[in-house]
This record gives sequence, structure tokens and C-alpha cells, in this order.
Amino acid sequence: MNAIPTLEVKALHKKFGQNEVLKGIDLVANQGDVISILGSSGSGKSTFLRCINLLEMPNAGDVYVKGELIQMKPLKNGERVPANQKQVEAIRARLAMVFQGFNLWSHMTVLQNIIEAPVHVLGIPKKQAIEQAHEYLNKVGLYDRRDYYPGHLSGGQQQRAAIARALAVDPEVMLFDEPTSALDPELVGEVLTVMRKLAEEGRTMLVVTHEMAFARDVSNKVMFLHQGLVEEEGAPELIFTQPKSARFKQFISSVY
Amino acid sequence: MGFDAIINWFGQIEYFQLLADEWPLYLSGLWTTLWLVAFSLFLGLFIAVPAGIMNNSQNWFVRFPAWAFIYFFRGTPLLIQLFLIYYGAGQFLANNEHPLALLLWPWFQEAWFCALLAFTLNTGAYTAEIVRGSINTMPSGEIEAAKAYGLSRYKIMSRIVLPSAFRRALPAYSNEVIFMLHGSALAGVVTIVDLTGAARIVNSRYYAPFEAFITAGLLYMLTTFVIVFLFKKWEARWHKHLKPLEV
Repeated sequence: MNAIPTLEVKALHKKFGQNEVLKGIDLVANQGDVISILGSSGSGKSTFLRCINLLEMPNAGDVYVKGELIQMKPLKNGERVPANQKQVEAIRARLAMVFQGFNLWSHMTVLQNIIEAPVHVLGIPKKQAIEQAHEYLNKVGLYDRRDYYPGHLSGGQQQRAAIARALAVDPEVMLFDEPTSALDPELVGEVLTVMRKLAEEGRTMLVVTHEMAFARDVSNKVMFLHQGLVEEEGAPELIFTQPKSARFKQFISSVY
Repeated sequence: MGFDAIINWFGQIEYFQLLADEWPLYLSGLWTTLWLVAFSLFLGLFIAVPAGIMNNSQNWFVRFPAWAFIYFFRGTPLLIQLFLIYYGAGQFLANNEHPLALLLWPWFQEAWFCALLAFTLNTGAYTAEIVRGSINTMPSGEIEAAKAYGLSRYKIMSRIVLPSAFRRALPAYSNEVIFMLHGSALAGVVTIVDLTGAARIVNSRYYAPFEAFITAGLLYMLTTFVIVFLFKKWEARWHKHLKPLEV
């Protein structure tokens, strides 16, 4: 195991106005970890994920990517902003996010979506980016749809395209924010299959999800958030069979 | 009756004779209209895009100048704007020894410059509102994705927001282009011989107002058809992602 974790989060706090959504969350993800983050709605699990790549600004706490601390500076009103916008942009490119609503750029084809960040953030030559994109398109099974616009694809295809877009920056950590929640039940499987494949390849993944089967079978660590705190965490084979907290017990029984 | 009367009407007015004699004047008028409108629209874009972006800003100091500019030029008639620039500038600039006045006065003496300036500012203001509206309807998730992939603020604007907004703005902008074409008829008021100006000259020569102006009207209409056609082509090209898939 590496000495330096791929991703480390320390005592993360987030408030929206008076409402404290995250009350101090810690997380360590080592290379190849697949961590499922569970919790009922309002538990702060999506906010937690979005604080990691600074789509939301945490009010307190530190985020390290491969040991590199994301520098923040406080404002007078108690909020914090990045101290160095360039650093944040560089770090974001190392953390790829897959969204619940896909968020593909609608005016670009699938291929253009995939090469956008490699070419315009990482500075990879376009020709090389396209070659790599073909590889990722094959991996998610969308090679023959590469010239389609997102609006012409099904939800499952869009989400697979979004996963290819995430792979294209060769991220150190992939952040999945409820990737299957917006999909028809019969489309969920195709996306989970791709995610399962990525986990097997050794990608480091943080997955906010309601898919219990995925959490149990694919991830090697499960984290259950409740009211802004980690209520229970551990290896899936342990915490699903012997849950300690009453809240988590109740959650499992209500979801199954 | 009927048919005879029409023949008779043409016979009296000799419309085709009028056309045969005056087509060079109409053509040069049309040319003046076209370049005046084309340049105004082109230059107007350089005002509209920054003004539209500024008017969307969270920062009051950035937003206010853009807001005031847009409010003034949308709040007053184009003819008043033209008069303010053409006659109003003279009031301050003529016989003024200030170096700036000496620099500007030669320009503001030219009717074409005043018309170009008025039209540019006017279309700039209207187009800024189109730009602002189009940026506002940008799906927020797409901007979020751009941030999440490390695109800089400038790249988010130039690669994601503006290209997407530009596509959404096309139908509204085609309206603005047509509006500007017809608004440019006011140029004749400040001595410019545009298409309307040409028609006025022809009218004064022949005292045939209907013939003189219907000719100009038909040429405006023809130009509008060309504009509509072009926008249709552009929409087919740029709106592919919004159209149903052709199977």
C-alpha cells in the first residue's frame, strides 16, 4: 500500500447558511479503493462529494490529493474560497466527476465531449486525444455513437459517455454522484457494468449511490452518512451483515 | 375594365421606364444599406458580447455600466439616437479647440460615420440582451461539469457557454438582423442615400411615390428573404444537436 493516500479528507465541514450539512467528515482513499457512500436524502453525501472537487466550498477541513493540500483562504463572512484558482483547476482535472444528470456538453458530440478536457485542460495534442478517446469509447461500448450529440442518446448511453469523458483525463480519483439515480431501471445495469469494470481495473472511485448491490459487491469500503456525520463505515461484507448502528440497520432494511 | 385599367396605369406612369432609368441609383442605395447594416451588425457584436456578459455579472460595478448602456439604447428611439449623434455632437465638437474635439470632429461631420455609430450602439444594446438571455438559459449542470474538469473561467466562457449560447441565440438574432435592416431606413434622414434615400430621390424626380417606394420595399423584401434563407442554413448547421435524429 502507498504511504501517501490517493485522496485524504480531514474534518470536512459545510454549512449552507445556518444549516450545517457536514459536521466533520474524514476519508482516506488509497490507490484502487472503491468507496461507496450511502445515506438517506439530506444526509450530506452529495455535498461531501462536491466539496472534494470544490463545486461546493467547504467551511472547514482539508482535502489532499496525493498529498497535495488544496489551499483555501477564509473570507470575512465565514466562507472559504480557493487561495489559488490555478491549483484548483489543476486538481479538478485529476478528479473526474460523473454526475447524476450526466451534464454532457449538449452542443458537442460524444467524441468532442471526451476530448475537451484532455485538449483544453491537459494540453494533449488533439490527434492523440482522439486516439485515446476511441479506446475509452470502446470500453464503454459507445464507439459507434461517437459522432452523436448527447440529446440523441438514451440516458444510459449518455451516462456511459460521461464516464468515458471522466476516463479521458486519466483521473487519480473518479467521483460518482448518484450515477444511476436519473436512469430508467432497465438502463441502470449497463452503467453499473461499466463501473464494475473500472473497479476491477483498479480505478480509485468514490461512489455516492443508492445501489446496495453495487456497494456490497463492488466496493471495498462503505461509508454511511447520517445527519452530516459518518454513522458507520467499514468493509461491505462486515457492515451489511453486522451493522452496529441502529440507523444503518433501519436504512438497510428500508432499502432492501 | 379591370385589365385595361392596369395597362393604362402602366402606360401613364411608365413604371418600367422609371426602372430602366433609375436602377443604378437603387442599386447604389441598396449597396449603401447593405454595408451600413453589415458593418453595424459586425461591430455591434463586439459591444453585445461583453455587454451581455457584464450585464449578467454578480458584481454591481461590472453590471451597472452595461445595464445603463442597454437601458438607454433600448429605451430611446433609434431616430433620437441618430439625431443626438449627428446634430448633438456638432453642438459640442464644432468650433472647439480641445484636442479631443479636433480629433473627433472630422469623423462626426460625416453622416455615414454618425449613422454607423448610432446603428452599431443600437444593435449592440439589443443583441446584448439576446446574449444575456441566451447565457442565462445555459443549463447549469454543463457549467458545473466544465468546472469539475478543470476548465478555467475563460475557457468555460469561450468553449462551453458562448458556443452553446450562440446556438440558442440564432433565431432571436435573425430577428435583430432584419430589424436592423429596416431600421437603417432612417439613415436617409441624415442625408445618406441608402435604399430609402434613393427612393426619395426617385420620388422627387418623377412625383411617383408609389412606384418609387414599392421598388425600395421590394428590394428590402428580397434582402430579407436572403437573410432568412441564410439563417435557415445556419440553423440547420448549428442546431443539429437540438433537432430530432434523422434515421
